[in-house]
Amino acid sequence: MRSIAAIETRIEEIQAKPTANAAGELVSLGEEVLEHWICARGETPTHAKKEGFRLLALHRQGAKGDPSFNACRETCRELVYHYNLVTLEPAHSDTMKRIQLAALVAKHLVLFVGGKMEVSGLGEFCCAAKPVRKNETVAS
Amino acid sequence: MVDVTERAKQLCEVAYYPGCALEGSGNGYDVSTRAIAYELGLRLRDVKDWNCCGAMEVKNIDPKIQTYLSSRVLSQAVNKTHNNVVMAPCNGCYHNLKKAEYDLAHDENSRDVVEMLSTKAGHETYEAGQAETIHALDWIKETIGVDGLRVRTKGKLAGLRIANYYGCMYVRPRHIFPEKDKGPGSESTSKPHFMDDLLAAAGAVNVEFPLKTACCGGAHTLSDSDMSTKLVLNILQAAEASDAEVIATECPTCHSGLEMHQIRAEKRFGKKTNVRILYFTQLLGLALGISPRKLGIHTNISHSLDFIREKGLT
Repeated sequence: MRSIAAIETRIEEIQAKPTANAAGELVSLGEEVLEHWICARGETPTHAKKEGFRLLALHRQGAKGDPSFNACRETCRELVYHYNLVTLEPAHSDTMKRIQLAALVAKHLVLFVGGKMEVSGLGEFCCAAKPVRKNETVAS
Repeated sequence: MVDVTERAKQLCEVAYYPGCALEGSGNGYDVSTRAIAYELGLRLRDVKDWNCCGAMEVKNIDPKIQTYLSSRVLSQAVNKTHNNVVMAPCNGCYHNLKKAEYDLAHDENSRDVVEMLSTKAGHETYEAGQAETIHALDWIKETIGVDGLRVRTKGKLAGLRIANYYGCMYVRPRHIFPEKDKGPGSESTSKPHFMDDLLAAAGAVNVEFPLKTACCGGAHTLSDSDMSTKLVLNILQAAEASDAEVIATECPTCHSGLEMHQIRAEKRFGKKTNVRILYFTQLLGLALGISPRKLGIHTNISHSLDFIREKGLT
């Protein structure tokens, strides 16, 4: 499994020089990002598919018991949507633009998950902060 | 089913909860919200003696304290402002008031804590169901509506290409927004569209923007500024790749983050983006013929006045 930083670099390469066959690779890179998250939780990443995509199954697995992870649900779905656009209409005049947008979506995923993993050591961030919540304080 | 006209009448006068951000960094949002209310003949009654909703900080220490703080705002609206519809333009406030409503309706422990603290503080305890919280988008959509805006704005934003950015708190978590995802006419939590609808009614062209509900990295700003800058830069680049000239916002935290990190991205990473960032209320105000100054556009961090003039929006 590549590091989060290496995944980010590869996405940036695709973003800079999009190629017609990069859509599948971007989805795979998204899967790798989610594998990192799931492994960090001490789980084994699923190989199941949801709606035909492992990416969506991995997201579901990653969000189990952690609703704040749903903040990247639509990002995963957008990546799948752009993959479908590119593969269903490979000759479309917007294909390169679609690949570029898919790369930006994948980039968001790697930044979001990477950031979430980084800060989880501090007690999570954003709408989570579960470690603190678990030790309910003043009002309980 | 509620009669649409009755509903519109009910929302013509609402309790207005600006929240802390709109008195500070998000002042342009407050000014423009008040300006379009005046122009559209809608009345905003400020919630008397309102307090912070609890934002993220309090929630991270003790979520029940956040529930209490938000419940006090609702109590002030119902008992002191005498209006049971609270309009909160800030996504954070809107989210927290909705969450408090949900907690009070579903969690006995939350009810006990709120009652105990309300008694201690000497005000009436808010009970679930006494008020309804709506967002500024709901407010315009359900009063003036798309057709009304179309008539009043006369397509003034024609040709302006906009990426509508909702941020992450407007639709998440789904369970605290029971009125959403109710089919045609209602807002969607996966693909929100109310801002798209309103700006399209004013003539704007909404681009296909894939990151409309993506996290802006606001919570990272202090712990890892580079991460926030990268998240924002990616959103700005995605908007530009979608051919947008403007990003329309409806959250003061997202808006400030986009503006500040747009500058920081250039300084820190040498990445310049030119997409403009304006509150949707500022864009609607321009469409209604209100001057940029009255909409607080000059108080935004990013400079949009030349662009607005070029587009003939003054």
